[in-house]
Amino acid sequence: MIKQISIFLPNHPGTLAKLTKLFMENAINMRALTVSETADYGILKIIVDRTEDAANILDKNQYLTAITHVIAVEVEDKPGALHQIAKMLGDNGVNIDYLYSTIVKEAAVIVLRVSDNEEAVKILRENNVKLLDQKDF
Amino acid sequence: MTVFWNKSAETMPSNELKELQGKKLSALAKFVYENIQFYKKKFDEMGLKPDDIKTADDITKLPLTYKDDLRDHYPFKMLAVPMDDIVRVHASSGTTGKPTVVSYTRKDIDDWTELMARTVMAPGITHKDIIQNAYGYGLFTGGLGFHYGAEKVGATVIPISGGNTDRQLMIMQDFESTVLTCTPSYALFIAEYAKKEGIDVSKLALKKAICGAEPWTDDLRKTIEKNMQIDAYDIYGLSEIYGPGVSVECEEKDGMHIWEDFFIVETLDKETLEPVGPGEEGVLAFTTLEKEGLPLIRYITNDVTILSAEKCNCGRTHIRMKKVTGRRDDMLIVRGINVFPSQIEHALMQIPGVSGHYQIIVDRDILDSLEVKVELTPDTFSDKMSELEKFSNDIETKIFNILQVRAKVELVTPGTIPRSMGKSQRVIDKRTKNI
Repeated sequence: MIKQISIFLPNHPGTLAKLTKLFMENAINMRALTVSETADYGILKIIVDRTEDAANILDKNQYLTAITHVIAVEVEDKPGALHQIAKMLGDNGVNIDYLYSTIVKEAAVIVLRVSDNEEAVKILRENNVKLLDQKDF
Repeated sequence: MTVFWNKSAETMPSNELKELQGKKLSALAKFVYENIQFYKKKFDEMGLKPDDIKTADDITKLPLTYKDDLRDHYPFKMLAVPMDDIVRVHASSGTTGKPTVVSYTRKDIDDWTELMARTVMAPGITHKDIIQNAYGYGLFTGGLGFHYGAEKVGATVIPISGGNTDRQLMIMQDFESTVLTCTPSYALFIAEYAKKEGIDVSKLALKKAICGAEPWTDDLRKTIEKNMQIDAYDIYGLSEIYGPGVSVECEEKDGMHIWEDFFIVETLDKETLEPVGPGEEGVLAFTTLEKEGLPLIRYITNDVTILSAEKCNCGRTHIRMKKVTGRRDDMLIVRGINVFPSQIEHALMQIPGVSGHYQIIVDRDILDSLEVKVELTPDTFSDKMSELEKFSNDIETKIFNILQVRAKVELVTPGTIPRSMGKSQRVIDKRTKNI
């Protein structure tokens, strides 16, 4: 399982730049990211190379954050690849709260936030899906 | 030609009016002493005997009554009559989660109807008019107060209540309403809406509007009058003192006549609560001379204004009050509904995880908007948007249930609401230009 950092960001100009500057100055590399947004705020979700360091830096700079365990799976870059993953989880009653994609070592990777991590990992393993580790990021 | 509902009462010479007030006040002192434990205790503590009250000038000997006294006796502990004699209950905002409750006997309803009949006619409205009553019906006194008064006068009442502007305009056109009763901001909103919908207001039968339940300026009056091509009149009231119909403007549009055969009105210094004279700014206090269910003595409204005892051209002898210019407490009026910041705090504190740091922002873009900024905490923050949305929806629902006003909740980062002396600046009212 992978540690994902979620960061609460007010929805106005310059907010993201302030954050990315902080990461740049501290040499934190973002390996995967997604943003969900409302009119007032957004939630930036990231997976970084140095999770503990990033969390400490964010904390020191008074960002509101949460660390969540997510699952990252490697998928083939072809039609139907995501369908297989979604179907096996759905058929087994595991809900996908959200997902996003990234590229790790030139492979397509799907990051999944699910209702039951352990169950999801079990199902994916049984179906020979390649799961990524924190060190892969 | 000036029209009256009750010409002899409304034009009673001032000395007779004062004598009548004295008689009624003397009877009231006896009535409350004998029937309301709260007042008996107050009198006894002050060493005051009901017999000490003989004339209207003796009013200053009497104790003051505060909104908190009503809260302390929620809901029915300050009644002067048995519950069996109560025929109606209304309520307005309280300073916490509980409303301020007012109970009426049959006579109270009849008296209020008399006052409302005078109030409806003072701006020149008669039985020939068709009154579209867009004040809310319900626990709020606006809707039913106007309804009874307008019926009493013999006018046609359309009890449409507030909201649904498309329907308001359809009915206004089809039923040929001649009078609109609603908050001034809603009147303005209807005018804007009509324009947007391509309705030619000059073709409407509408002639007048009686607007109240929130403070408004003469500038706003001029805008409403121009945009709707009508005359607009101000009205004042509060549920504790019946509701609407405590005072209203006559056709002179120069202050609201307070029905002095039913009330003794005083203005008190904002700090000391000592009486100030006509022409001086002060807090309005009312003594109800006829109420049976919940008679009140020197009730502090916290509304700030100036009284004028000058003769009015309309012939009414009753004293006038200028527009309300402010509040002595922190009460806000949002869309005609009284809102205390403490009510919002009360609502917030009932939601698990809400931090003590919040900020209330009131603004007006024709209609009032209420926004509440709430700081998130590590416990309430979630990576799931659905959970954050549920959190803010829960807060909005709770606020609506307590205030009956919709608020928009904005979740913000901890530490971002400005603090002064360690506490957040709680309320920002951006509407000053219209008050």
